[in-house]
Amino acid sequence: MNSLVWMLAGLILMVVGGFASAFFGVRRSRYTRQIGAWSLAAGCAMAMIPSCQTLWSGVSVQLALPWPITLGTFHVGLDPLSAFFAIPICGLSFLGAFYGMEYLPSNSKATGFAWAGYNLLVASMLLVVLARQAILFLTAWEIMALASFFLVAFENERESVRRAAWLYLVAAHVSAAFVAALFFCLGHYTGSLDFDAWSGGSSLPSGIGTVIFFLALVGFGIKAGFWPFHIWLPEAHPAAPSHVSAVMSGVMIKTGIYGLVRVLTFFDTPPMSWGWTLVGIGITSGVLGVLYALAQSDLKRLLAYHSVENIGIIAIGLGLGCLGLSTGRSLLAFVGFAGGLLHVLNHAVFKGLLFLGAGSVLHATGIRNTNRLGGLLKAMPVTGRTFFIGSLAICGLPPLNGFVSEFLIYFGAYHGAVAFHSGLIVSCLAVVLGMALIGGLAAAAFTKAFGIVFLGEPRSREAAAAHEAGPAMRAAMTILAIFCPMIALLASSILQLMAPVLSTVLHVSAGVLTSQLEETVYFLNQIVMISLFFGMVAILLLLLRRSLPGAKNVESAVTWDCGYARPSARMQYTASSFAQPIKALFAFLLGSHSHLTPPRGILPQAIASFTSTAPDRVNERFYHPIFEAILKGLRRVRVLQHGEVQLYVLYVAMTLVALLIWCLR
Amino acid sequence: MKLLSLIHPFLALLLAPLLLGVINRVKAVFAGRRGQPLLQAYYDIWKLLGKGAVYSRTTTWVFRAGPVIGLTAVISALMVLPFAGQSGVISFSCDFVVMAYLLGLARFFTIAAALDTGSSFEGMGASREAQFSALAEPALLLGLAALAVQSSSLSLSDIFTQLNLQAWMKVGPAILLVAAAMAVVLLAENSRIPVDDPNTHLELTMIHEVMVLDHGGPDFAYILYGAALKLWLFAALLVNVLMPVQASNVPVNFAVALTGMFVAAIGVGVVESIMARLRLLKVPQLLVGAAVLSTLALVLLLR
Repeated sequence: MNSLVWMLAGLILMVVGGFASAFFGVRRSRYTRQIGAWSLAAGCAMAMIPSCQTLWSGVSVQLALPWPITLGTFHVGLDPLSAFFAIPICGLSFLGAFYGMEYLPSNSKATGFAWAGYNLLVASMLLVVLARQAILFLTAWEIMALASFFLVAFENERESVRRAAWLYLVAAHVSAAFVAALFFCLGHYTGSLDFDAWSGGSSLPSGIGTVIFFLALVGFGIKAGFWPFHIWLPEAHPAAPSHVSAVMSGVMIKTGIYGLVRVLTFFDTPPMSWGWTLVGIGITSGVLGVLYALAQSDLKRLLAYHSVENIGIIAIGLGLGCLGLSTGRSLLAFVGFAGGLLHVLNHAVFKGLLFLGAGSVLHATGIRNTNRLGGLLKAMPVTGRTFFIGSLAICGLPPLNGFVSEFLIYFGAYHGAVAFHSGLIVSCLAVVLGMALIGGLAAAAFTKAFGIVFLGEPRSREAAAAHEAGPAMRAAMTILAIFCPMIALLASSILQLMAPVLSTVLHVSAGVLTSQLEETVYFLNQIVMISLFFGMVAILLLLLRRSLPGAKNVESAVTWDCGYARPSARMQYTASSFAQPIKALFAFLLGSHSHLTPPRGILPQAIASFTSTAPDRVNERFYHPIFEAILKGLRRVRVLQHGEVQLYVLYVAMTLVALLIWCLR
Repeated sequence: MKLLSLIHPFLALLLAPLLLGVINRVKAVFAGRRGQPLLQAYYDIWKLLGKGAVYSRTTTWVFRAGPVIGLTAVISALMVLPFAGQSGVISFSCDFVVMAYLLGLARFFTIAAALDTGSSFEGMGASREAQFSALAEPALLLGLAALAVQSSSLSLSDIFTQLNLQAWMKVGPAILLVAAAMAVVLLAENSRIPVDDPNTHLELTMIHEVMVLDHGGPDFAYILYGAALKLWLFAALLVNVLMPVQASNVPVNFAVALTGMFVAAIGVGVVESIMARLRLLKVPQLLVGAAVLSTLALVLLLR
């Protein structure tokens, strides 16, 4: 039987399970969660198996079913590229479901609907990567947007959540509009809405190619969270329940990357300008994303801005790959796309992990503001340890997975820089500069996130009363944490598994890639050697430390406090104070606002206060004026809408008459 | 050939604390003092290793992992470094990125261990370290990019083999600029004047020393040793850039390179003696300046 039938059956199973859960949820049955989670798990497993098969064997399968919709055919396909994106979707959603079983409040009426939304979201994401026809793709894209909108609006009793959901809905639809325009543009010039008919995109007139790339960049870029289209991420991610944030940030925004890569596969050799654009957007997203992340004190907002940063790194990889294609440098093209795509997988693992960790903190304390947390590592050892591993991985530090993909991109950049090609060298050096800056700032942001939240003394009563997460939540985080070093150690095997994906993207048969693969695998193996050496030395030093004569002679005391008699937890450095020097240094980019009310007089009566925020500049300077102007323009049209039905009938009649005259003219 | 490349790690492990002694002796001479013994760092490490430890009740395993991982990362980073014309123990394309990121790992753990104490002094040091190192990273990686472009090769060992007298004749100014950038990075990464003062006794103004304030006994021995090795690592980079050894005689090469190392240490000592430390707000300018020097070197090379 066609393996796609299995996959579609899996999708149907999860959707049906989700709606069944919603039905039981209304009746407040205790099976609500079980039905929702287990149907999703079964569906994910059913979708995972054919995806792994396809990636392993490199053989694509297609399936076309009749679909009674104008211009639409139900044409789905599973090639290595789809499979590569489907695997993290299945894996992370699977773990997220078990996490959600404990995380979602069980006594709420909406729990069932949350499961329906979650399962629908997962199914639609999978359908997006499977769809091979424009109308089907757009349908799946829209279901994905709506399902995630309902999930973002889960806690809709809070005003900020409603605002975030609204912003997200607008962003998702602007994205859908651009994607639709893209598809109709392609359809218009090729005469078909089927992806198979588009693969010869290079035969299009050159101007049209650029228009298509631009439409894809905006349409998919909004979903992916490229700067300056990222503004919905820092609003929507904190608002959604944490396992949903994990799925949205870990894999949903990657469907944007998938769309972009899919469009790139329609063209054999992209022009240089596309590569430059992607690299430019990547560096901008990366640097600004990490700077804004540093300026946040809300833990989930910080993570959301880090998604912008990581999407930037992915874009840098794709951009280098495009530049490699345009200049005919196959090794650059190979490592660029390999680094970018591997980072897609890596980011799904560690960002999923970090959002789940943030969710556990929120679940245990009810606080998202890092300035009020602290010392959680003692109360939440598993969450703390896994969050620590995730933090190391997201900073791209060896010997974890983030380093491998960033290393591939570094290699691509240095390789391009020494190639003495005028079109490459400046962009490659910009990548080196950008990646170095991103790396350093990410380390600052995550020493802050981990250090302030989990280390030191609790800064509030809630943080002091924190408790460890439940077994399912702990298991989900632990599994993801294990993947971080695993992917790094198995990097060369994973790269070999990715060969069919890369041959799809690079338009060459897998055999041609052997030499590039060999070279890359060689240095990945060297990195593994260093990692093993690192582990050995660490163990030796630890054993030495244990065997020293004074090892038994350990005392406990207080932290050195300069002789101050009554230190309190509030005297610790906070997240804001930790980030202040960097915020001040980059104030010209961040434009953070601070407001100081100093104490006045010898015996101050009024309470002194200091607040500092870093509102998104793009939002303030760009989107806000635009939407204000649109609103102002539309206000004039509002006179037409007044609720008097007889006048509405008149409008209809007038329209008909006008049309009649126009026809008879 | 490969066996000879093993010599450098052993030399580094053996001689690194001596660099600290040389720096201190130079500073003492400048100040008109006799100064501590040249081997003082060895005595300190030995004494600390024999002691017990006192841990704050606030701290967790992160605090104890910091020194171990910090030292491990620096030792691992040494493995890719070529020395005296011998290639690194491990050498592959972009191995310097691994080196830079291993040092980043060490820093992450040091900062986390500092925050683990819950002390605002240590938080202050951690915050400064995070800021300055984020700015030093581009200077280092761009400088290495310049060297890579100069030699059209991607591994540290190849880069420094290609960097010979002919290269100096051809693009000397560019290499000099890179060396200047690396020297600034050396001073910043090893918490030396004008960025940080290893001798200060005021917690408020320290960076690295304040971060390790609560470490004692064997933990502090590890930190001290790790700091010495890190100094060795950056000094060796600088020596590789400034003193390309090409003699066919291996012992001569080693002698020249080792002399270079101690000259570098004397240089650091001289800088520490004749300069005051910069205001903390000025340090970013220095580091961005170093990145600009690296960029300038690249421009000269691409001309």
